[in-house]
Amino acid sequence: MVGATYALAHELYPYAPVADQSADAPPHHPVIIVGGGPIGVATGLDLAQKGTPALILDDHDGVGMGSRAICFAKRTLEIADRLGAGAEMVEKGVVWNVGRVFHGEGEVFNFNLLPEDGHGNPAFINLQQPYFEKFLIDALRRAEAEGKPVEIRGRNVVTGISQDADKVTLHIDTPDGPYTLTADYVIACDGARSPTRDMMGLSFDGRVFEDNFLIADVKMTADFPTERWFWFEPPLANAPQSALLHKQPDDVWRIDFQLGWDIDREAELDPAKIRQRIDEFLPDGTEYELVWTSIYTFQCRRMERFRHGRVLFAGDAAHQVSPFGARGANSGIQDSDNLAWKLDLVLKGLAPDTLLDTYHDERAHGADENILNSTRATDFLTPKSEISKIFRNAVLTLARDHAFARPMVNSGRLSVPCTYDGLPLNTPDALTGPARTRPGSPCPDAPLADGFLLDRLPGCFTLLALNTDPPDIAEVGGIPIRTLTLHGADITDALRDRYLGDAPHALYLIRPDQHVAARWPNADAATITTALTTATGQPCN
Amino acid sequence: MQLNTQPNIPDPDGFYDELLATHQGLTKDQSDALNARLILILANHIGDRDILREALKAAGPS
Repeated sequence: MVGATYALAHELYPYAPVADQSADAPPHHPVIIVGGGPIGVATGLDLAQKGTPALILDDHDGVGMGSRAICFAKRTLEIADRLGAGAEMVEKGVVWNVGRVFHGEGEVFNFNLLPEDGHGNPAFINLQQPYFEKFLIDALRRAEAEGKPVEIRGRNVVTGISQDADKVTLHIDTPDGPYTLTADYVIACDGARSPTRDMMGLSFDGRVFEDNFLIADVKMTADFPTERWFWFEPPLANAPQSALLHKQPDDVWRIDFQLGWDIDREAELDPAKIRQRIDEFLPDGTEYELVWTSIYTFQCRRMERFRHGRVLFAGDAAHQVSPFGARGANSGIQDSDNLAWKLDLVLKGLAPDTLLDTYHDERAHGADENILNSTRATDFLTPKSEISKIFRNAVLTLARDHAFARPMVNSGRLSVPCTYDGLPLNTPDALTGPARTRPGSPCPDAPLADGFLLDRLPGCFTLLALNTDPPDIAEVGGIPIRTLTLHGADITDALRDRYLGDAPHALYLIRPDQHVAARWPNADAATITTALTTATGQPCN
Repeated sequence: MQLNTQPNIPDPDGFYDELLATHQGLTKDQSDALNARLILILANHIGDRDILREALKAAGPS
């Protein structure tokens, strides 16, 4: 079975036979990634940049059609920057800050995300998923050209998977017939319907929300402002429960209608019916072209464990949330960011295999937070009982005149990265410093005298010394540590606010994924060594 | 602070009158909506999550 199941937006890795297919014995690879979507490509690229070879297998020849995910958060752009794809995303993407909420005929209130100053990236951009994926593949091609060990094979469909103590064996089908590969580790990034998960007989439990959403992406030249408009109970025929209008690049607008549970799917996907809905929604006489349409239902599910021996699950394959809040692709990219450095250290023999268990601990913690947020938003959008609808509408009515009710209006809480509070890789906080940079936190960006902090934290352990001189320590047990010492003009007000607070000086140990591992007013080499040992899941002596 | 369940409203009969008068002439749906708004307004005024939790518990099915 190597037939395409969806149409392509960009053919980026057409099938080409490789030597592995005619080998006598199954060739071995350190890491095989199943799925060439955004999470698989980001993970492969990250590993390769660290020097660990990654082979990506995708069942198609390129990037699928359809906008799908459109809203990418700052943390994702920061990770993409580290992978060499962020600048193109921001340049192509649409930056937005203002949202308006309507109920029936009238506006309830509007809000400005008021992004905090002093970050290299915007709070959010809207960008069609095919562009997001293409920019990652472009970065992967550049890395490949520089000799980084990464390869992507199109039309390579995994049809079987098994593992023993030493390796994973994958059976793969191609247009030229089947072949077999082995790997130290396999990362399954093959989406919400993960064939890998099914082949391994693993469950994917959670809650299905009984509602259908129609997406229509339309191309039009309209002078609507670049804002997110969300309607509860819009005054339209056929009474959708909610509607959304949001701008994407290339004059494409995302329109979303909440249709309810009992619908005739076929009839609703009839372009004539969709046009009828859109004609009524847009101002009279607006000319537009339908670019992509789809109907989806909400589900919030996750696997019980993201790690099964030598097979690790990431992105939608491991956890699925409703799209309101932009927590799908954004959380998957954080999975990739979390997993790549751990797997790299394990494969280089610098950290124990049990470090990979903390991938589950940390990202399941993130998935639970995302599912909680997503479930709450969905309960507000789709009241489940008469009384929940009464309260929902009471909130919307009050929000027009009373500020207190506005924070209760929930049309999706937009994705922010989670802090790994209380998890085993953290060293207890030893600095009386700002809460937002406590151990486990993702480092907030901050301006330096020239440029931004996160650009100075590449994908390895970094000692960040602020107004203090750190001990000289270049590696611990073979794991390299870089030092970034900042004094004087580099300690900008924003940097002080975010990393020092009232503390005169501080020393941070920052992980390769830019999360804080430990912080102190200052520390000696032995203390730093212990923290690094802890952060890499090694037993402390 | 603890949830105060001792008499606390001066002129309780007068308050009870005002509460019912607010609902005067409303349909069931309008009254339900009013009650929901009232709960939200009062809850915001209290603000304290522990007290609110105690109140939810005190009001819940016995």
